[in-house]
Amino acid sequence: MSGEIIKSLIVPAHPHPVLCPEKNEGWQRVRDAYDEARRQIEESDADLIIVYSTLWPSVIGHQILADPNPKWVMVDADFHDLGSIHYSLRIDTEFAHAWNEANIARGLQSRTVAYDGFPVDVGSVVALELLNPNNRIPAVICSTNVYSNRAETTVLAKACLDVIKAQGKKVVAVSVMSLSNRMFTEAIEPHEDRIHSLKDDEWNQKILEFLSEGRLEDIGQLSRTIHDQIRVKKVVTFKPMWWLSAMNDNRNDLTGNVLAYEAIHGAGAAVVVLDPESNGTGDKEYDEDDVDFYGGDRDVLDSEVEDSTAPLHTDSGPALYEPVEGKNTVNTNKAPKPVGAYPHARREGDLLYLSGVGPRQPSDNSIPGGPIKDSDGNPLDYDIKAQTKAVVDNIARILEEAGSSLDKVIDVTSFLIDMDRDFAGYNEVWSQTLGKVGPTRTTLAIRALPTPIAVEMKVIAKI
Amino acid sequence: MAKGSIVAGCLAPHPPHLVYAENPDQNEPVSEGGWEQLRWGYERLRESLKDVDYDVIVILSPHWQTYVGTHFIGVEKCISKSVDPVFPNLFRFNYDLTIDVELARAIHDQAKSEGMSVKMMENPDFRVDYGTIVSCHMVRPEWDKPIVSISSNRSLSYYSVEVMQEMMKELGRSTVKAIEESGKKCLLLASNSLSHRHFVTETNPPEDMSKEHITSHAMHLWDMRMIELMRQGKSQQIIDEMPEFCEHAIAEADGGALTWLLSAMNVPTHPATLHGYGTIIGTGNAIMEWPCHEWGDE
Repeated sequence: MSGEIIKSLIVPAHPHPVLCPEKNEGWQRVRDAYDEARRQIEESDADLIIVYSTLWPSVIGHQILADPNPKWVMVDADFHDLGSIHYSLRIDTEFAHAWNEANIARGLQSRTVAYDGFPVDVGSVVALELLNPNNRIPAVICSTNVYSNRAETTVLAKACLDVIKAQGKKVVAVSVMSLSNRMFTEAIEPHEDRIHSLKDDEWNQKILEFLSEGRLEDIGQLSRTIHDQIRVKKVVTFKPMWWLSAMNDNRNDLTGNVLAYEAIHGAGAAVVVLDPESNGTGDKEYDEDDVDFYGGDRDVLDSEVEDSTAPLHTDSGPALYEPVEGKNTVNTNKAPKPVGAYPHARREGDLLYLSGVGPRQPSDNSIPGGPIKDSDGNPLDYDIKAQTKAVVDNIARILEEAGSSLDKVIDVTSFLIDMDRDFAGYNEVWSQTLGKVGPTRTTLAIRALPTPIAVEMKVIAKI
Repeated sequence: MAKGSIVAGCLAPHPPHLVYAENPDQNEPVSEGGWEQLRWGYERLRESLKDVDYDVIVILSPHWQTYVGTHFIGVEKCISKSVDPVFPNLFRFNYDLTIDVELARAIHDQAKSEGMSVKMMENPDFRVDYGTIVSCHMVRPEWDKPIVSISSNRSLSYYSVEVMQEMMKELGRSTVKAIEESGKKCLLLASNSLSHRHFVTETNPPEDMSKEHITSHAMHLWDMRMIELMRQGKSQQIIDEMPEFCEHAIAEADGGALTWLLSAMNVPTHPATLHGYGTIIGTGNAIMEWPCHEWGDE
């Protein structure tokens, strides 16, 4: 099963194309472009629409809508006189929950929301109303965190891609946003509408020139500059381009098509379609950090100063330790904390020796696939494949910290606590990951591991 | 007709956590309490206001954000459910409130005559913002007074704190003039916190007070400075320092409510009363009251 992004869209958020396109020729052209994008989606084999909306700001990490059928009447805060939009959406809750879990596994703060009357933002409502009338395709909507930086937004997209691939979805990714977002601060007649300033118009034209050439990642890298130049200082900045670029593997050779560019109350409203087919120009550089796991400051609630040499307390299981620092040691906050006084790895010459690596998650010490027993020692059902995959991911992060990578692994010793039950699942994940690299391997059955996990690996790699 | 007046002005912050912690019938989520210092602060404010006679609450909330001028609700009965988009786990509140449309329109018309960009909101489907609901509920949980709901014109986003303040000072002058001509006695609420840097994680349960504190010492210093200026009646100095305050403390006063309030009260030199201060997910919140005076006569 292999999921993929089959189309990416940039669409405006204002309600005018839904409520009154006929009042202005430009608004009608935006509506026509929306309709064309809808036709393209209908002609594709898309089975999921994912919306990242700048009009749903969040503070506590990212929020993902997980109500199967959110419905209400939406009225815009500014343009309430244009009328109301009665919405009733179909949400893929299975995907929403899986994305939330993938976010957490990659170190992000994340939660789902499913409450009667939850106010779906105007941008998401407008986009889904026009792109997906009658809810032919289920959708997922994600908020924009007001504090998130590019690393966090990139990891958000990677977590989303994890789920797309795991569930084999054919996805249309939608960023709901204006280009320049400076509106007129007074009421205007529809026929008076135009881009607020020549400067905003010139920047918008430049953005669209890049997008028409499929240079999405270039726009991502210019995002901060664009925000400074043509955006009023709203909290969510120009982040959707970071998310959309990461959803497309930070490519610059997509096939872009600008379907419309018009003014809506002074702001830049564009409908852009980006297809994954290469435009033949060849890809270009990607020179920002390609972050896989978010290790940012998410522990601000814990203000007390900690003794770094003392074991850290946990609710259950053995005490956790900060990794031992010393000459040639390699440690990272992207790997689970040790259960004793040792480092994550040591360099010796051009070799790297890793301490035994399990599947625990560095963010919250949770165990993908579940623990093998509860706190009273009662056995639990667990997923050996999920645990094995998490072990390999943790190994990759430690190797990356040392400047190495999975494809430089030389030798692996694996420990299973239940060979009869788990060998097949473990072996399947191995063949999909390290098995493709080809290190030597020894697999041992042992009685127990210090934490309630079923698999651990000891690795030697080249640097 | 007697001249209308402002009977008191209050800084009345709106974190939904306070309503959540009081478990009113209208709110679905149930808590074990929390944020008592602020809730008891609101209790003191209510006690202070209990013998004050007023006809209407006039409130400016930063959570009805408008970019095309300042808006006023012009629908007499507003009945719906308010779900906080940021903290939906805490605040799902069924409201039933009455708008004093006549006074709202009077302020709108006065501001318009002074050249301000204003608009009446007359769509019956419109949902009242949760900031307005939280502040009004904490000040007057009986919900027996009509309100005037004023949006937060995000002029700061387009221009600067200085321009925002000039607009809000004008809106304050228009507000008091319309109130005086209406003959009504009004309680004014500025619905905003002070420092406004949130935590980005939430405790479990959210009311775990062992985790609640200001996000940084610098935020604390700014909060105390602003409270002390209010306590000393140095309103003009608050306005003068507002640009630095907004920048350094990421202050929610950037929405204009506090400046509007001070202007409507003719930049009072009387000391304000501090009824309570506390933090909510790291933001600084003060409940202040400028007690009953004939502000317009000073």
